Amino acid sequence: MKYLDEYRDPALARRLVAEIRRSATRPWVLMEICGGQTHTLVKYGIEELIGERVELVHGPGCPVCVTPLEILDKAIAIASIPEVIFVSYGDMLRVPGSRSDLFRVKAGGGDVRIAYSPMDALRLARENPQRPVVFFAVGFETTAPANAMAVWQARREGLRNFSMLVSHVLVPPAIRLLLDSSANRVQGFIAPGHVCTVMGYEEYEELAARYKVPFVVGGFEPLDLLEAILLLVRQLEEGRAQVENQYVRSVNRTGNQAARQRMMEVFEVVDRNWRGIGPIAQSGYRLRPEYAAFDAEKVFGVEAISAPEPPECISALVLQGLKKPVDCPMFGTRCTPATPMGAPMVSSEGACAVYYQYRRHTAPAGAQA
Amino acid sequence: MSGPIQFTCPLPLAVKDRIVLGHGSGGRLSAELLRDVFLPFFHSPILNRLDDQAVFEFRGARLAFTTDSFVVKPLFFRGGDIGSLAVYGTVNDLAMGGASPLYLSAGFILEEGLEIETLRRVAESMGRAADDIPVEIVTGDTKVVEKGSGDGVFINTTGIGLVPEGVRLSPALVRPGDLVLLSGPIGDHGIAILAEREGIQFSTDLASDSAPLHGLVAAMLAVSLDVRAMRDPTRGGLSSALNEIASRAGVGITIEESAIPVREEVRGACEMLGLDPLYVANEGKLVAFVAPHAAQSVLAAMRRHPQGHDATLIGAVTDTHPELVLLRTPFGTTRIVDMLPGDQLPRIC
Repeated sequence: MKYLDEYRDPALARRLVAEIRRSATRPWVLMEICGGQTHTLVKYGIEELIGERVELVHGPGCPVCVTPLEILDKAIAIASIPEVIFVSYGDMLRVPGSRSDLFRVKAGGGDVRIAYSPMDALRLARENPQRPVVFFAVGFETTAPANAMAVWQARREGLRNFSMLVSHVLVPPAIRLLLDSSANRVQGFIAPGHVCTVMGYEEYEELAARYKVPFVVGGFEPLDLLEAILLLVRQLEEGRAQVENQYVRSVNRTGNQAARQRMMEVFEVVDRNWRGIGPIAQSGYRLRPEYAAFDAEKVFGVEAISAPEPPECISALVLQGLKKPVDCPMFGTRCTPATPMGAPMVSSEGACAVYYQYRRHTAPAGAQA
Repeated sequence: MSGPIQFTCPLPLAVKDRIVLGHGSGGRLSAELLRDVFLPFFHSPILNRLDDQAVFEFRGARLAFTTDSFVVKPLFFRGGDIGSLAVYGTVNDLAMGGASPLYLSAGFILEEGLEIETLRRVAESMGRAADDIPVEIVTGDTKVVEKGSGDGVFINTTGIGLVPEGVRLSPALVRPGDLVLLSGPIGDHGIAILAEREGIQFSTDLASDSAPLHGLVAAMLAVSLDVRAMRDPTRGGLSSALNEIASRAGVGITIEESAIPVREEVRGACEMLGLDPLYVANEGKLVAFVAPHAAQSVLAAMRRHPQGHDATLIGAVTDTHPELVLLRTPFGTTRIVDMLPGDQLPRIC
């Protein structure tokens, strides 16, 4: 398939693998931020290929996994209200809140619908003027522009029955948190290509300069990731800490200006809770006060719902690269995608879930399902 | 900050108190439902085999018996409709046991308000499908539920078929060394349906592969009786079919990613929606486990048949990783092909 097969070519991959193995003279620890990248790396077994010297640590960039418990509880509360049409991206339906999930709400008679775009929710609001339509706006900077656009459009059309439950999170504050930790082992980052398509990579230049850590903006296909790994290894071997852009077919330095402008019109930066991580300052978006009429938390009075997260799994250590998912005693036994004990086992892009799905045959005996 | 960051995680939802859509996906949830709810109460060694059809001896004949319900939406789609699907689906379940179809029943659950003309089109399509096979629809039933309690038309068909002398197909017969044959490209039905559903708009000429498989099966069995087991990978896709066989036979299966045919349109749609073709439903494909010495002749017979024109050898049965299906990537690495825990859901970004 055009624009895909080129980036999955086994012969080119072998060449890049050989080059990575040749270039790495010492052990290096790299982190890919984005769950989409984790998925590709594990699905294609790229860690296996690149050799012992380069270790990959799977970062916290899975939007489904890090959406906080309290937001899920709010979503469940809103979706359970009769008359409400609750619209969500599909993979949020399975994520457990404190006591239930959206699938169960649907099974119990709630009108929960899966959409591929917030514009579908807008259409539903137009078609059902008597019913409140709520869109569940989760994700990183990647999904924010479309969500901003939907709210902006709703205000322009005067759609009074449309609102949005917003739980956007931002990548750079999470990287800062990791790099500030004394236990950090990560020496170089593959920056998330889709986030940078929207945001550009100026923010990562600040991080690279401040922490003396190299970044390579990477794509999502196997060859993208192999090339990004090679560029990072070369920077580390040469003692450089710069931002390089591997994903040039999609990313430029300043990102998508029109999208960023619309986002800034609609959203403002706030402190956010991350599931499995806790509060991170200035790490997310909420609707600006002038869009309060479209803020589902206010419309349905669920702002006060809070949910403490009991300590259970080792996601902390996994996301810092101190443990691999297969090192967890619960991995594949008590904790599986069907019965997740923690955030990284929830979505297909969570580090533990993707290990379980593709690589549990490589886990040490006793940790297997 | 000193020491590792303290992250915490939530407890799981252990309670399984309601039916969710995933219970109908043909994956792990469906299997659990069967194991936990039905099998403890239905005391039948034949049912406990969990084949797609029950095969039993009756007065010297070996009969295959199966039932299937059809709830597809939309009722009419490119490449088929609920009527022909209801005939082919049950005929195919019989065929996977090696049986040629004899008789079908048809039960209809109709929603109040359904247009008679719509039902007429469904019935006409069923009749034509049955005539083509040929199989007779010899009994039936109609119920009407209140508006809102159904979705237009639900159809149940039950079929009875005759297993020819000498034919014995069962997952229990699959053993290490057997080769795995696939009759054609996967994912056509699921993606064609998805493409027509409300809210998912992308253009494709793709049609469902909905088709009867009894002819293909007969052609395969005509060249060799060393076909050990067959499955039609419907809901849950190829992955579920392979995992079922691996777990029933207690064997491992290794397949080659590059050998599995997937149409460009299906690959494109899957890439866009974040789906994996291995989990997407088919309605006119089969996967066969064949003794190594017979594989080439069976494959050749498949390719001579219109339903198996694009058949390929996709892998082999092994004893090295029992009850696990592994896929070899073009990069030379292997990964697990798991059964889905629930519905395959599109990813958000």
